[in-house]
Amino acid sequence: MTYLKKSPWLLHYDASSCNGCDIEVLACLTPLYDVERFGIINTGNPKHADVFVVTGGVNEQNREVIRNIYEQIPEPKVVVAVGICASSGGIFRECYNISGGIDQLIPVDVYVPGCAARPESIIDGIVKSLEILEEKRIQMKERAKQKEQGSSPGGGER
Amino acid sequence: MISLTNAILFLLLAPIIGGLVSGIDRKLTARMQGRVGPPIFQPFYDVGKLLEKENLVVTSSQNFYILSYIVFIVVSGALFFAGGDLLLVIFAFTLAHIFLVLGAYASNSPYSFVGAERELIQIIAYEPMIILSAVGMYMVTKSFFVNEIAASELPLILYLPGVFIGFLMVFTIKLRKSPFDLSTSHHAHQELVKGVTTEFTGPNLARIEIAHWYENVFLLGFVYLFFAFNPVIAIVAIIVAYLLEILIDNTFSRVKWQLTLKSAWIVAGMMGLVNLGVLYYLAGVLI
Amino acid sequence: MIELPFLIIFPAIAAVLLLFIANETLRNAVVKIAALLIGAGTIYAFFTYFQSGLQLFSVPFEPASQIMFVLELFIALYILYVGIQCRRYLAVLLIIIQSALLIYVESVFVMGIHPEFNLFIDQFSLIMAMIIGIIGTLICVYALRYMQTYHAHHPEIKDRRRLFFFMFFVFLSGMFGLIFSNNLLWVFFFWEITTLCSFILIGYSQTKEATNNAFLALEMNLLGGVAFAGALLYLLYVDPSGQFLGIEQLLTSGYAIALVPAVLIGFAGITKAALMPFSSWLVGAMVAPTPVSALLHSSTMVKAGVYIIVRFAPVYTGTMEGLIIGLVGGFTFLLASAIAISQSNAKKVLAYSTIANLGLIVACAGVGTYKLVWAAILLIIFHAIAKSLLFLCVGTVEHRIGSRDIEDMSGLIVRMPKIAVMMFIGIAGMFLAPFGMLISKWAAIEAFIEAQFGLIFVAILAFGGSITVMFWSKWMGKIISVIPSGEKVEDTVKKEKWFVLYLLTALTVIVCLIFPLISSTLIEPFVMSVYGQTARLSQDNIVIMAMMIFLLMLMPFSLLLYRDGVKHVPAYMGGRPTTTDMRFQGSMGITRETELSNYYFEEYFGEKRLLMAGTALCFGLILLAGVLLTGVVL
Repeated sequence: MTYLKKSPWLLHYDASSCNGCDIEVLACLTPLYDVERFGIINTGNPKHADVFVVTGGVNEQNREVIRNIYEQIPEPKVVVAVGICASSGGIFRECYNISGGIDQLIPVDVYVPGCAARPESIIDGIVKSLEILEEKRIQMKERAKQKEQGSSPGGGER
Repeated sequence: MISLTNAILFLLLAPIIGGLVSGIDRKLTARMQGRVGPPIFQPFYDVGKLLEKENLVVTSSQNFYILSYIVFIVVSGALFFAGGDLLLVIFAFTLAHIFLVLGAYASNSPYSFVGAERELIQIIAYEPMIILSAVGMYMVTKSFFVNEIAASELPLILYLPGVFIGFLMVFTIKLRKSPFDLSTSHHAHQELVKGVTTEFTGPNLARIEIAHWYENVFLLGFVYLFFAFNPVIAIVAIIVAYLLEILIDNTFSRVKWQLTLKSAWIVAGMMGLVNLGVLYYLAGVLI
Repeated sequence: MIELPFLIIFPAIAAVLLLFIANETLRNAVVKIAALLIGAGTIYAFFTYFQSGLQLFSVPFEPASQIMFVLELFIALYILYVGIQCRRYLAVLLIIIQSALLIYVESVFVMGIHPEFNLFIDQFSLIMAMIIGIIGTLICVYALRYMQTYHAHHPEIKDRRRLFFFMFFVFLSGMFGLIFSNNLLWVFFFWEITTLCSFILIGYSQTKEATNNAFLALEMNLLGGVAFAGALLYLLYVDPSGQFLGIEQLLTSGYAIALVPAVLIGFAGITKAALMPFSSWLVGAMVAPTPVSALLHSSTMVKAGVYIIVRFAPVYTGTMEGLIIGLVGGFTFLLASAIAISQSNAKKVLAYSTIANLGLIVACAGVGTYKLVWAAILLIIFHAIAKSLLFLCVGTVEHRIGSRDIEDMSGLIVRMPKIAVMMFIGIAGMFLAPFGMLISKWAAIEAFIEAQFGLIFVAILAFGGSITVMFWSKWMGKIISVIPSGEKVEDTVKKEKWFVLYLLTALTVIVCLIFPLISSTLIEPFVMSVYGQTARLSQDNIVIMAMMIFLLMLMPFSLLLYRDGVKHVPAYMGGRPTTTDMRFQGSMGITRETELSNYYFEEYFGEKRLLMAGTALCFGLILLAGVLLTGVVL
């Protein structure tokens, strides 16, 4: 089924962005762009989210936080790195306190370039990520099926 | 006395009606804000998606509380539409809500804990007025049974205008609408993350949403009772009442819990009790 | 009729026996056997009398009344002695007034009268007997182990367990006497016994606080006792032959004679049931060891107060005085419930909840229509069971975790799973839908609507009921929140305690299931015999509620569905990584611990403010009743 593509809920996290990309992410919610058209909701809670939207690069302060939030998003989930800093570290790449883009830490599915990324391209990136989300869902289902047949012990306990 | 057909109809139709109402609500809200808004069927997509997602919990007992929550919401709603005792229906709804609150407590998470406390505040804010509404209906129709109230020829709204205003007030709280969306809401108020629902993911969240649809249909049924003497007027009244709620939702900002509690109680006291007092006095004089 | 004297005298014999037994094993055996016999006795009495309705008995033993009078003088002398010793002159003054009244009554009137029927039994007495005989004795058995641990934890307190168990059984004896006596002089004697027992038991630990609170209880109860003695005097003054001293005869004598004594005795009942403005003694009584609180709150003492008021309910029906008594109860219910929100001490919450529920019972009895009396009796039954269970749970928890604060009970479901589940059931029994207390509240709402001035009470119930939801659920939430790092500490609880706790938990649930049966065999016939008509819940509702209870019992099995295949993640902490015991790295690299605490709404539901309001309000109402009464007398 395609419910997932029709109702992707975002979690937006500002890693160490200059707030340029953040403003643009929020602009997507405004009447002009209105992402709710696509069923997209900006939740404030990783446990409700499907799409993890990160702006800004990884630094020492937010390394743990990004990982923690990523782990708390239930499967299937995708990560969208918005802006050049989130993609590669951008102009801060060589700073002593920046490790680089988000992919240094967690797997990123879609990169949205730009400084700041334009709302159109952010929306485009998120819509792109939905294809990947759907793929992941199918994969998850197959894995669950395999597990049932193989009856591996321990369930999903972490 | 109890109509099983109605109960089954409620079980089957309520999620459809509730989901549609919620979809229309979101569409209208978007239009009021100058947006295009999601498709009407968006709530169904949301719930469909949530059911497909992984179930992450902090503790397994959360599952139990949420299952109990939805089961008792459905049971009490079914009891209402089957024509059962209104007070029993109200108490059963309280029971269901306590399960939701307990589910939030069980996770021992700060956000859901605060949400749970606020949900309790909401319960004590709306409960007296709901009970007084039932009492008001009894005073006019001499029956607590929903089927008898619904079959009554008397225009309840003319006897109970104050009670109805009080009920509309708590209706806002029950629908989780601004300005009283203390414990959780559909808006992007983020200072408490998502209140009671913070620690629920995927299927559990879907259950909470479906339970909310069932509950909304029950509440609309309650509005119907005030106008039951004429079904056409009743349906118009339901639509107007709900539109009013959407308007209130979009024109007010969230208030503090103190104001929620105070205003709900004051309105219950002023509107509800004074109305009932007048009825009581008249009944004493006339009979 | 041998059952009644047996139930009154046998606990007293057991008590005297216990006074002389110092050996612990022997005491355990005696207490258990006595408890078993008393329990069996009440059940036997139940099966003998439950169909027969009201039965009056004359006691062939002539000097019984004289012995009681002498004992009463001894009690008075004892109170006089401790009162002077501890310089509590109010107590001294009250006991002197009361004794003077009593001696006057005895010497002037009683010598010549021999009431024909001293004992009686009807369905209401039977219900009370079951509560005392089963719950009371269960608490005795529980107390055995509890007191052992209690003295191990508090070496500074002198071990006076012989006195303790003596008093416990005398208390039971007194209560049986109270509910089976038809002669008001006898009722008064047993009334004084319960006052004395509570005084000694509250002051058991002999600390300054305990002694003070014991005297507080004594003074307030003696005040009630004076009113009771006044009622006796009035009755004998009206008719020196003493024919109205029998409760049955008094109740059938009509308003003109019965109203004044009924209101005076109602006042005594209000003091004993710890309604506002006399609520402070019951709250203070929590310094006593927990089984004492359990006994005072569930099956004895306060139940004596509401028993006598419910007994006289037919006299109150439709009178201004009855309405005032009802209002005192109603306001107590509302305000005590509200105060309970602001309390975090578990025993204090329980105390205020007891006061609130007693208030509700008195509100029902004061307005006194047949439906309300039906609801009041149901309330008495459900309250006794659930409250004793809760007190005993709190007592057990207190000994294991060293605190009776609700805040310290978080994660009890992990640390003491069985106790937590029992506590959960007990709390559910106090306010949730298909369980006992709610049924009675529901019945009360339906009944009040039709009563005179009933709207006030309906409003009180609507608001008070929702307040009740608040403080119980937040307690529930605290005990069921799951702390992964909790350590299990309930293995050391002894098997006697388990037995009692299991039984009470089972009773809480069973009584909810069979309450239609209790209603039809006991309550309805009683209400029928008094009012000529009776109330009941409709068949449909009973069926629906039974279904709800079964559904509730089924739900926990859903936990099995989720046993495996569920992924666990820590709670959301704003993205901060958190350990399982809820520690996280705060700013500046400091490790911080998360602590969750309930809301208490001090500024709205603060004890001091509401207590003041309640005291003023209820005191005013009682004064008003006093003025009305004086008008009637003159």
